[in-house]
Amino acid sequence: MSYFLQQLINGLQLGFVYALIALGYTMVYGIVRLINFAHGDVFMVGAYLGFYAIGRMHLPFPAALVVAMAGCALLGMLIERVAYKPLRQAPRIAALITAIGVSLFIEYFSSLNFLFGPNYLAYPIPFKVNVYHFGGLTISSIQIIVFLTALILLVLLQYIVQCTKIGMAMRAVSYDQDTACLMGINVNAIISLTFGIGSALAAAGGVLFGIAYPQINPFMGIMPGLKSFVAAVLGGIGSIPGAMLGALIMGVVETMSSAFISSSMRDAIAFSILILVLLIKPTGLLGKRGSEKV
Amino acid sequence: MKSKMRPIILFLSVYGLLQILVLTGIMNPYWQQILGFAGIMVISALGLNIIYGYTGQFSLGHAAFYGIGAYTSALITKTLPHTGVFGFLLSCLAAALVVALTAFLIGLPILRLRSDYLGIATLGFGIIIKVIFDNADALIPILGGSRGMIGIVRYTNLTWIFAFSLGAVIVVRNFVWSSVGRACISIREDEIAAESVGINTTRYKTLGFVLGCTYAGIAGVLYAHLYTFLHPSNFDFLKSIDVLLIVVLGGLGSVSGTIAAAIIWTFLLEGLRVILPVQILDWRLVIYPLLLIIVMIARPKGLYGGKEFNFLRG
Repeated sequence: MSYFLQQLINGLQLGFVYALIALGYTMVYGIVRLINFAHGDVFMVGAYLGFYAIGRMHLPFPAALVVAMAGCALLGMLIERVAYKPLRQAPRIAALITAIGVSLFIEYFSSLNFLFGPNYLAYPIPFKVNVYHFGGLTISSIQIIVFLTALILLVLLQYIVQCTKIGMAMRAVSYDQDTACLMGINVNAIISLTFGIGSALAAAGGVLFGIAYPQINPFMGIMPGLKSFVAAVLGGIGSIPGAMLGALIMGVVETMSSAFISSSMRDAIAFSILILVLLIKPTGLLGKRGSEKV
Repeated sequence: MKSKMRPIILFLSVYGLLQILVLTGIMNPYWQQILGFAGIMVISALGLNIIYGYTGQFSLGHAAFYGIGAYTSALITKTLPHTGVFGFLLSCLAAALVVALTAFLIGLPILRLRSDYLGIATLGFGIIIKVIFDNADALIPILGGSRGMIGIVRYTNLTWIFAFSLGAVIVVRNFVWSSVGRACISIREDEIAAESVGINTTRYKTLGFVLGCTYAGIAGVLYAHLYTFLHPSNFDFLKSIDVLLIVVLGGLGSVSGTIAAAIIWTFLLEGLRVILPVQILDWRLVIYPLLLIIVMIARPKGLYGGKEFNFLRG
């Protein structure tokens, strides 16, 4: 039983990291209907910015987190401006292919030697690691930091989206872009901001991922990115609580299947669950079902 | 009648030219292999063009069917050694059947999903199949699992690839102009409208999906017997993306565009390796996505969106 609970905690740790990435996917999809394949690579850049802030500049953890988030917010807005904005009126698949291009570009450009380099790097841990025992469970201070940081950011995001004027504008644009424009909302600025916020969250996820699983390389974003996106779909894409729920399920399922079934089968199990959920509820767990018009 | 002969004459003269280049030694075995791979990509991409370009069903799991075809045929030619070309053709037929059956069983439930959701479901299927390839040696040791499958006999040569590509082009050309193909195109244009004029959408969607996946399976057979080594990483998510890139760059619903894009794409990736000086060879994979972005922004509908070469028109 305590082994099960222990795995549940490990799974939630992974799930919270996935949640931070999945939110960026779901917000961007909600607003421009684009699967932003480059998002996993923004997560990677965030991890590297944190790496340099902690390892080279010796900043404390909160400062490093802010540096990574600010850097990636700028990167996300730049990607949107350069690569996606010219294609807003084009067929949707053109933007998707461009997103794949941006993703490959970031991966291979950053693995050049004068940037991050192609090798694995060990991640520095900016605080002292303590291990606490509760009954049969062990929780490390890394896990506590991951939970706390992720929760604070998730609550902050929920506050921004639900209780501020900007959040209301974001919801309006995702509901109906043209009407929002008529109501005097600056749609371009809101889309840009959405990319910025999503990318900042991914960067936070990257720093936490680096600390929790202390190894990074320029291709580390591919699988977590893909799984977070799947988590967003699982929860119902476009829905913020759905993305969090889907990500936590994804993290727990993945950890549980490697603990109790087989670690080589864990991806197969996670994706089988996704396909089953989609077949039963095609719009995801918390997704709204839109009516189709001819 | 005369105009129907023209594409065949064109194909035969291209084939003759290539044979001359090979026989005179102007084209070395390395470039022959690249050309063979380009032909394989043409077949695989034509398959995805049937699924996505003509029927409008977004699939991100094409490499899974490619892999199923490759592994099935390699298993057969390895368990039936010394059967020569007959064994190869038998494995090709068997692989096509296995892939078609898998595509049918998978397609029937998941083709109910629309657009991006279908893409995600097929992506998930592709990852599941890759995990199965990784662990396949637990059940059938000679599949090799994550160590890769070795010792496949090399049957594929330029002539086979040419023959199969020609067949693939003829089938897809006639498919598009048949009533079945028209039904598929109407589903792409508007599924609800197609349904309301009495088209059995489930049937035609499944049909297009099965046909397209069979193309991928046959491409996999040729691949396995060209490179003689299979590894699960040859069939991962990124390989599905490569085929999607070719189809979109060529232009959705254009056979000409797919053929051109598959050949350009293969030779561009290899060509950059030759052109670039050694000091900046690392930049090869930086330049390639940049070109991709630029082409997409300049021509959002692909190179040949909705257009065809003369000889492919009706």
